[in-house]
Amino acid sequence: MIDKRVDSAAQAVADIFDGATVMIGGFGEAGSPIELIHALIDLGAKALTVVNNNTGSGHVGLAALIENHQVARMVCSYPRTANSTVFPDLYRRGEIELELVPQGTLAERIRAGGAGIPAFYTATSVGTPLGEGKEVRSFDGRDYVLEYGLKADFALLKCARADRYGNLVFNKTARNFGPIMAMAAGTTIVQASALMELGEIDPEVVVTPGIFVNRVVTVANPALESVLVNDGRAYP
Amino acid sequence: MTVGESSTASVGWNREQMARRAALDIPDGAYVNLGIGIPEQVAQYVPEGREVIYHTENGLLGMGVPPDVGEGDPELINAGKRPVTAIPGAAYFHHADSFSMIRGGHIDICVLGAMQVSQNGDLANWSTGLADAIPAVGGAMDLVAGVKTIYIITQHCTKTGDPKLVKSCSYPLTGKAVVSRIFTDLAVIDVTSEGLKLVELAPGIDPDYVQQKTGCELIVAGWQ
Repeated sequence: MIDKRVDSAAQAVADIFDGATVMIGGFGEAGSPIELIHALIDLGAKALTVVNNNTGSGHVGLAALIENHQVARMVCSYPRTANSTVFPDLYRRGEIELELVPQGTLAERIRAGGAGIPAFYTATSVGTPLGEGKEVRSFDGRDYVLEYGLKADFALLKCARADRYGNLVFNKTARNFGPIMAMAAGTTIVQASALMELGEIDPEVVVTPGIFVNRVVTVANPALESVLVNDGRAYP
Repeated sequence: MTVGESSTASVGWNREQMARRAALDIPDGAYVNLGIGIPEQVAQYVPEGREVIYHTENGLLGMGVPPDVGEGDPELINAGKRPVTAIPGAAYFHHADSFSMIRGGHIDICVLGAMQVSQNGDLANWSTGLADAIPAVGGAMDLVAGVKTIYIITQHCTKTGDPKLVKSCSYPLTGKAVVSRIFTDLAVIDVTSEGLKLVELAPGIDPDYVQQKTGCELIVAGWQ
């Protein structure tokens, strides 16, 4: 029997180890798996490399994970956001590393990592500081830089609906990095707002097929980052 | 976008008029990505009768107007992380698909702001390069590398009066030779193989004045 359901967020993240690379879904708060991130804070794994488009806001979710000194290195495209002070403060003090990646290159590196493609060429960043030091090759008269596929030990994602096979459907623009991170991680852990019976998700509308997913935990009413931030909440 | 960022000149087009002028150059049927700030306003002024589809790189084609206060879904946002709506006929997709639209040359026009544009169309709009700045690039480099036509809307000069159209950019580049057309408070200017060429003047502005406010030679052939 294939049953990827686990009982709790704590159980879902229990084997995340010190030094692991963890991809965390979300673009701003849309798609941010707050309950899984908070379970990772409870677990306390340290020296993590975290891949996310941003660095969280306020003192909850990803920002709280960073504030708790569990993240040694961020791979992201836009570490500045409204209400984002945790990462900038640590970065200015030299207490956290940053690998800045153009957003489309970040997405494509993750997609490539999940698709078994070790590297690819792209025109993005040619002739800019972010292209410096990278191998350049010309195709049909245009220059491209070499970028490497990105893989992770774990992915933490949020979706709207899932079944026990791990088939996923997302909510609107919360889909963002979810489907590609699910492909690029060795162990993909998903919090679903609703758990469906097999067959209840029409195969024509499955966004991420279950083969890319390892664990599903149901979080029926997930917290919203903006609500927690507006309430001045901090985790833990 | 703040009110304090007002025009450096007391003459010429204001921000709304700059957005209105740029909107005239968005053709019927175009797939368009609008940057944060004045570029976002362009959508309001596209002439009636033109059907334009707006792309937001976080994963929506067919972006509509902001929702009414208290409506909206915190998981339906634009690239500036503000709530939006989806029009009938809209589509959601993941980031690799979204940036395939951009990097694969499927988006027709992108309108962005600028810190500097050089005479050969180099764009600097993501970093001051200062040591204490937190570097953040987002999708800017992907947009300029992949979208077919890049329009810039910008004040002609900085708040301190320095030209933003220059011989070569002193700020870190977003992309080399990527800009097609620039809409400023003073003029519409094309990037050509010979350099920056004056295309249209704001009311009450003459070519000499634009040249005086520009940090490189302006081609004004055809102007009286």
